[in-house]
Amino acid sequence: MTELIEKQEEILEQLWISKNEKNKNSVTYEVLGVSKHSEEISSLQKEGLINLDDEKVWLTEEGDRKGEKVVRRHRLAERLLVDVIDVSGKEIHDTACKLEHYLKEGIEDKVCTLLGHPKTCPHGNKIPPGACCNVDVKVGDKYVVPLSSLKFGQKGKIVFISGISDKNLQSLASMGILPGAKIVVKQTFPSYLFGIGNSEFAVDKTVADAVYVRIEKD
Amino acid sequence: MHNKIKVLLVGNPNVGKSALFNALTGKYVAVSNYPGTTVEFTQGEVQYKGNSIEIIDTPGMYSMLPISEEEKVARNLILQGNPDWIVNVVDAKNLERMLPLTFQLIETGIPVILVLNMMDEAKRMGLEIDCEKLSQILGLPVIKTVSIKKIGVKDILNLIINAPYTYKPNSIKYDNEIEQEIEKLINFIKGDYKISKRLLSILLLQKDEEISDLVKVNENEDIIDVANTSRRKLEEVFRVSLDYMIALKRQLVAGEIVQKIFKKVAKEKESKVVSFISAITIHRIWGYPILFLVLYFGLYKFVGQFGAGTLVDFIETNIFEEWLLSGLTNLIEEGIKNDNIKELLIRDYGVITLGLKYAIAIILPIVTTFFLFFSILEDSGYLPRLAFLLDRVFKKIGLTGKAVIPLVLGFGCDTMATMVTRTLNTKKERVIATILLSLAVPCSAQLGVMLAVLSTSSTLLAIWVFILVLIFFIVGYFSKYFIRGEKTIFFVEIPPVRIPKLSNIIIKTYTRLVWYFKEVLPLFIYASLLIWVGRITGIFDLLLKIIAYPLQFIGLPYESAKVFLFGFFRRDYGAAGLYDLHKQGVFNNNQLLILSVMLTLFLPCIAQFIMTVKERGLKMGISIALFVTVFSILTGYLLHLIINVFLGISL
Repeated sequence: MTELIEKQEEILEQLWISKNEKNKNSVTYEVLGVSKHSEEISSLQKEGLINLDDEKVWLTEEGDRKGEKVVRRHRLAERLLVDVIDVSGKEIHDTACKLEHYLKEGIEDKVCTLLGHPKTCPHGNKIPPGACCNVDVKVGDKYVVPLSSLKFGQKGKIVFISGISDKNLQSLASMGILPGAKIVVKQTFPSYLFGIGNSEFAVDKTVADAVYVRIEKD
Repeated sequence: MHNKIKVLLVGNPNVGKSALFNALTGKYVAVSNYPGTTVEFTQGEVQYKGNSIEIIDTPGMYSMLPISEEEKVARNLILQGNPDWIVNVVDAKNLERMLPLTFQLIETGIPVILVLNMMDEAKRMGLEIDCEKLSQILGLPVIKTVSIKKIGVKDILNLIINAPYTYKPNSIKYDNEIEQEIEKLINFIKGDYKISKRLLSILLLQKDEEISDLVKVNENEDIIDVANTSRRKLEEVFRVSLDYMIALKRQLVAGEIVQKIFKKVAKEKESKVVSFISAITIHRIWGYPILFLVLYFGLYKFVGQFGAGTLVDFIETNIFEEWLLSGLTNLIEEGIKNDNIKELLIRDYGVITLGLKYAIAIILPIVTTFFLFFSILEDSGYLPRLAFLLDRVFKKIGLTGKAVIPLVLGFGCDTMATMVTRTLNTKKERVIATILLSLAVPCSAQLGVMLAVLSTSSTLLAIWVFILVLIFFIVGYFSKYFIRGEKTIFFVEIPPVRIPKLSNIIIKTYTRLVWYFKEVLPLFIYASLLIWVGRITGIFDLLLKIIAYPLQFIGLPYESAKVFLFGFFRRDYGAAGLYDLHKQGVFNNNQLLILSVMLTLFLPCIAQFIMTVKERGLKMGISIALFVTVFSILTGYLLHLIINVFLGISL
């Protein structure tokens, strides 16, 4: 199968959302902003991803699967931008639109794992699960999540720290709160309490949100 | 005769430096279980086998790139103090976390001895350390100690006097790219410094301002630019901050070393009681009732009722009045003819009758009981637990859990507490904490007297507490928005619960009392002298009239002006005055409440004002004093309106 160009992916995305989240199976050319005879439409049709008539377009079964992937990538991209890279506002959507096209299969699942298999995008829309999500649930593979989302007794290794100032980063580092450090969560209220080695540290939510941990199962 | 050997004790907070200092010198220094209670350093001397050794205990530091005020003090002692030796004290059971500082101390080029302290605790946890191997890897002498039991202490002294230092410490190697830039800077440095060019270069790369200023004097000015270019270059390569890269590398090497030298042996059973206390004092639910009980029994029962009630009564009536004062009064009445001198010494406002009496009979027992209480909190490791429990609440008023230290200490002495605010992370926190200390945190003397005065009616006491708590949070809440500054984060190490040692508690309380009295007693005497001068010249009565005039609008009697005038010297002096007047039955309950609230809020004592100016600057100091005065008067007026005019009740 040929690589879909960006515009085609956008159309698939729009059709998938319309069908699966708005209960509208077909979308008119006008809404899509393309003409029936445009290159995108005809090549989508040629690949068997869409069916069409004179006014509107709808997804084939394969098109639906493909569309789901595109939506998944877009929403994962948004999560990545918000959670890890710390982007906000309009930037999220615009950058995610570009980024989604680079998250090919394989990379997409790695991003999903890094983010801890999130269920929703920052806007609250559902992220369609990928293969990695199901595997993880069964095998109990690695997750990377902020310390703040760990539960009592969970163990992990710090992977990275982001979202706090360099000065604060440095003070955490000098106390031994650094990537590579193994932690175990001892309390999550009123603040976060965790152990590193034979020491215990208390941090607030801001710090707990900034410290990303790969969960380790016993 | 040998020259004096100068030794610095350096290490993370809470590793037993101070205990080691005590063991080495036999002198006392506060052994605390909370980072941030010692901002100054302590110096002692020991004679050992004909050598004179000067030992300096530095505040806890985590790295050579200082962040907190304590770390700055510690680093300056290393950079400027000309030490012959650095004794790097580490907590043996947390060696991995502490080695990064050891690496940095090695980088200074000053001879380092690594002291693995708290070996008993490590052993209990089932850790054995291969000292010889560690010594070999680091190229340092390594000594095991249990400093509170003085085990291994002589080994350190023996090593120090048996110089020369024949060890060749192994410096850590960073990534090649970093090493190249370090090399470049080393070649650039021409001057002579007390620490190695390597460490200077690393700190220059890390953009350390003090070091930049230091080298600017002797070096080609370009050096700063060269360092900055190098830093930018490296950060482009690694895509993270250089400090972070370096910290990571140090931690990585520490981890590798620890792998090689740790042997796990069977764990001894942890004391069930201690681990239970450790857990329950920070429990999400039980932590709070315990916090309440600690404050209730510690502050209210022990300091308030026992210290300010029982002890004050006993000392004041039995010792001071019956025994000391009656004898002295007779002696002076008969021996001295001059009325003015009698007045100066023994009349109503005399140095002995007022100054000494307040200081010794009223303030001393209260402050002593408070410092006993605080020392127990400190040594048991409860303070950081308190910080953990209260962080969420304190965030609402623009502070973090860390602020519990100065704020709780404020219940002992606001002046001391104002000094300790410098351990807070940001300027905003320091300002807010200073305001709250000036306004709504009564010091122990004041608290004790207020509790004693108001204890006649539990309603009065409850209202007084309620109003103060309310003001504390309202003012804190608004300060959060009005005082600009960066947002702050909270992180603190929670040490294990330790059973305080009685001897430590007593000596620590004693040293604090000495500090307190050096500051307080002269002020009390000066106050008496000033009042005496004021009285014989008539200024005192004039001032009373001036102060009493606005007070009548708040429904307060003429005598209350005295309390405010005294309170200007020290709040506790004023409070003690209130106590005296109250015993004479001058006030009704309404007046008593209004006066108590106003006096608690009122202008800080001169010492605290001076401390505020010293710590926060003249402008801020005056602003805070003005704010506090106006706020106090307005609150008094408002209370008067509510109680006397609007509600028209008598409490």
